[in-house]
Amino acid sequence: MKKIELNDVSVSYIVGDFSNVGLKDVIIQKIKGTYTQKEFLAVDHVNFAIEEGELLGIIGTNGAGKSTLCKVISGIMRPTSGTMAVRGNIASLLELGTGFDGDLTVKENTFLRGAMLGYTREFMNDTYKSIIEFAELEEFQDRKFSHLSSGMKSRLAFSIACLVKPEILILDEVLSVGDGGFRKKSEEKMLEIIKGGATTILVSHSLAQIRRMATKVLWLDKGKQMAFGETEEICDQYEKFLNKKK
Amino acid sequence: MVEAIKEQIVNLKRHQFLFEELVKRDFKKKYKRTILGMLWSLISPLMQLLVMSIVFTHFFGNHKPHYTIYLFAGNLTYSFFKDSTNGGMNSLMQNANIITKINLPKYMFLLSKNVASLINFGLTLIIFFVFAACDHIPFHPRFFMLIYPVLCLIVFNIGCGFILSALFVIFKDIQYLYDIFTLMLMYLSAIFYYTDSYSERVQQIFYANPLYVYISYIRHIVLDGYIPGALTHILCLVYAVGALAIGALIYKRYNYKFMYYM
Repeated sequence: MKKIELNDVSVSYIVGDFSNVGLKDVIIQKIKGTYTQKEFLAVDHVNFAIEEGELLGIIGTNGAGKSTLCKVISGIMRPTSGTMAVRGNIASLLELGTGFDGDLTVKENTFLRGAMLGYTREFMNDTYKSIIEFAELEEFQDRKFSHLSSGMKSRLAFSIACLVKPEILILDEVLSVGDGGFRKKSEEKMLEIIKGGATTILVSHSLAQIRRMATKVLWLDKGKQMAFGETEEICDQYEKFLNKKK
Repeated sequence: MVEAIKEQIVNLKRHQFLFEELVKRDFKKKYKRTILGMLWSLISPLMQLLVMSIVFTHFFGNHKPHYTIYLFAGNLTYSFFKDSTNGGMNSLMQNANIITKINLPKYMFLLSKNVASLINFGLTLIIFFVFAACDHIPFHPRFFMLIYPVLCLIVFNIGCGFILSALFVIFKDIQYLYDIFTLMLMYLSAIFYYTDSYSERVQQIFYANPLYVYISYIRHIVLDGYIPGALTHILCLVYAVGALAIGALIYKRYNYKFMYYM
């Protein structure tokens, strides 16, 4: 059975001054008749389907619409047009640092972030200790979160996030974080989840990583679907495209 | 409709842990985890009350009985409304980075903000009763009827919060406009003056202001010693349910469109 299926999915953002102007500007502009709304296609007619247990790599330059597509699949945004079917519970890790609050302590933040990821209180009580151990932050539990170094923050973020047990996992540039030692540890941990049978979508700028892990690849450029198919073939095409650009 | 509400309740249960954590976060941030922070949010309405009561009794020569309690009832309701709707208005934008990255029901952020305001209101209400007792207004079983306008006010505040937060996502200047609006509302809600000097017709117009309805309900119970009529009850409910319905509708309709503006 197809786990994720997208048919002609498009997402358009509203751009222009609109989001920065206030109510009175809009009223004035409407009266003057100069009011305009521009649309910008961030994802332009994308089609693909992947089976259970597959790992889809999404590649493309900055602004290709990779993150927007991840948001759509996660259910945060709805496609402007097109249809989509996603079967199974999703864990999407679009940005590991989301939801942390600088004023709260490390411990409070751990629970808050855990709650946002959909864990239960019992689960957090049981695993809290191992989260802190994995993040190597035992001595910092009662510190304010904003007092941590950025490496420590991402270590904590990863340690909470890697406990997910989803059927569908969406990773946006979060496969490996932290410094040398932790980077290795975190990638291994993520691989464990993926190998546990989760259907995965992986956004990465590292072609080597995609080649090593992905079973299918989707290449986006400026919102348009350039190619979808076998890993090696498309990675080669993409590499050629990048070389030409230089 | 019933199905939709049922679904929301199931949803709320599922997110109970998150809701509790959000309430804790908002509460801690509000009071900066100091006793003084909490005390301050109580002292500030009391100071306001003190100033107003001095100004209006000594400078304007208002010597009606229980004037301070009259003032307090108005101020208490108004402050709760202002605090709660302001918090509600900001709730979406303040959590924009979460909402755009994790798929969570957006109203949770607004409700958790409202809980923090409600706790504050509850504490002020206790002081209100203490003041009333000091002013020789003994506690009466009738006071339990206050639960009704307070519940309506809570629902009304949540509804207004929904509407404002949605507007704030799209129009960033709504904050300033709302400041002006609440100031105007304060003068129109008969917080520090009496309406009985106005003609019958003008007095009726006052009932178009939801806040005035809630304030006068509380005053009737505490100061005038009677429970208002059926019409007042209906009005309280209509305003509350109306605001909530509009707000919920906006959220339902524009839930996914908010994303484009965040």
